[in-house]
Amino acid sequence: MNAIELHEYEEEEELPAWSLPAEAVDRIRVPVTLPDQVTREWALGGSTGAGVRVCVLDSGIERDHPLVGRVDRSVAVVRGEDGEPQVIEDDEGDLCGHGTACAGIIRAVAPDVELTSVRVLGAGYTGGGEIMLRGLAWAIEEGFPIVNMSLSTTRTKYVERLHELADRAYFRRVLLVASAHNMPVESFPWRFASVISVGSHEEPDPLTFYYNPSPPVEFFGRGLDLDVAWLGGGTLRCTGNSFATPHIAAICALVMAKHPDLTPFQLKSVLYQTASNAEGAA
Amino acid sequence: MSDLEAAVAAGVIGADEAHRSLLQATVEVARAIFRAKASSVFLLDEEAEELVFEAVAGEGEGDLIGMRFPAGNGIAGWVLTTRQPLVVDDLSADTRWSRTQAQSTGYVPTNMMSVPLLVEERALGVLQVLDRPAESKLKLAEVDLLGLFANQAAIALDLLQRARRARQALEGEGRLAPLARVAARLEEGERDAAFELLRALERVLAESAD
Repeated sequence: MNAIELHEYEEEEELPAWSLPAEAVDRIRVPVTLPDQVTREWALGGSTGAGVRVCVLDSGIERDHPLVGRVDRSVAVVRGEDGEPQVIEDDEGDLCGHGTACAGIIRAVAPDVELTSVRVLGAGYTGGGEIMLRGLAWAIEEGFPIVNMSLSTTRTKYVERLHELADRAYFRRVLLVASAHNMPVESFPWRFASVISVGSHEEPDPLTFYYNPSPPVEFFGRGLDLDVAWLGGGTLRCTGNSFATPHIAAICALVMAKHPDLTPFQLKSVLYQTASNAEGAA
Repeated sequence: MSDLEAAVAAGVIGADEAHRSLLQATVEVARAIFRAKASSVFLLDEEAEELVFEAVAGEGEGDLIGMRFPAGNGIAGWVLTTRQPLVVDDLSADTRWSRTQAQSTGYVPTNMMSVPLLVEERALGVLQVLDRPAESKLKLAEVDLLGLFANQAAIALDLLQRARRARQALEGEGRLAPLARVAARLEEGERDAAFELLRALERVLAESAD
C-alpha cells in the first residue's frame, strides 16, 4: 500500500502581510458581493450542486449503492508500519454504514456533486483521534469546498490541534459542516465557531433548515425519520444529528455550485439569511 | 473479619451490588418512560471487542446478564464508533442487522433506540431501548431524554467497573491482595503495629519524593 503524499499540517504557511499598502488594494478586489436581498432563489434556486467537490469524512462509502451513485475517490487513513497515520487509496468501501448514509443524503439533495470518501471511522473504538485529524488535514490540503463531518471527538487532548485545523480550513475556504452531539457531553469540532454546527429538526422537507440564535448549535437540518442508504444496497429508517449534517452540507453545495467564490463566512451568512426562520427569506 | 476485609466487603463487594442495582433501576425507568418492551445496558469489553449484557429490564430479564456478542458490527458498533445515539424504527429493513444474534437472546425487536455510554473521554458501552409502541411517533425530545438516561447509566457503569477493578486488585493474584491477606492473618495487637509500620513507610516514601 502506497501512502498518499500528505503535507504536514504542522508546517507553517507563508504568512500574509499584516498591513495593506494603498497600492495593493486593487490586487485584493473580492469577486463576490452579496445582493441587497439574499433569497433562497438567488442562493440555490435551480442548483443541483454540479461540479462541487464534497468530502465525506466518515466510515467510508459503499461502492455502487443505488442511492449514492458515483464516488469519485475513496481514501482511508490507516496506521503505517511506523505507527503513524497515513492516507492510502481505499477499496474497502464502508465498514459500518454511517458514511454511506451521509453520502446518500448529500446525493439526494445535491444530485450532481462530486463525492470523495475519507475513511477515518471503523478501525476500533478508541485511538481514532489521530486518524480523524490526519483525515481532516488531508481534506483541507485537497481543498474540498465542503467537508461533511458527522462525527466528533470527546478527547480533550485533540482539541487544540482540531481547533487549529478548523481555523485553517476556514481561512482556506474549506467549509467544515459538523454534527452536534445529541447528548449532554463536550465534543469537538462542532463547538468551534469556524465550522457550521448542525442539530436536527423534526420536519420532513430536506431543504427546510433553521438558524439557531443561541449557538453552539448554529443550524438545524432534517434529522428525524429518514430513509437513509444502508449497507447492502438497501435503506434504513433512522434518526439523529448525523443525518441532519449532510442535509446542511448538501444545501451548502447547492449554494456553492451557483456562487463558487463564496468564503465560509459568506456562505454562513447566506445560510443565516435564507434559513426557514429568517424574516423575509423567500 | 479484619478491618481491611470489612472495608473491602463494604466498599467494594457491596458497591458492586449497589451499582448493579443502580444500573438495573436505570434500564427499568428507561423502559417505563418509553413504554418499551425492553431496555438493556451493555458493557464494552475492549480487549475482546465484545459487548456484555450488564442489565436488562423487560424481555430477557434475568437470562441475559453476562451474555456476550461481537461489538464490531451492527447498530451497537455504529453507536460506539460514532459515539452518537441512533434510533432505528424498522429493524427488519436492515440487511446487516444481526437477526441471528437477536434470536440468540430469545427476543427479536422491531425498533430500537441506542445510545453510547460516555464517561469523560471513554465510551463504556451502549444503552438500548427496544420496541417502543408502534403507534408512538418518535420526537426529538425523546432522543434528548435517552441521552440523559445514558448519562446516568454511564456513571453507574463506570462505578461498577471501578469497584470490579478494586476487588480484583485485592483478591487472588491482584497487586494489593498480599496486603489484604497479611492484614487478615494478623492478631489484634500485631495489626496496630503493622499499620504503624505502613504509616512509617508512607512517610519515608513521601520524604524521598520531596
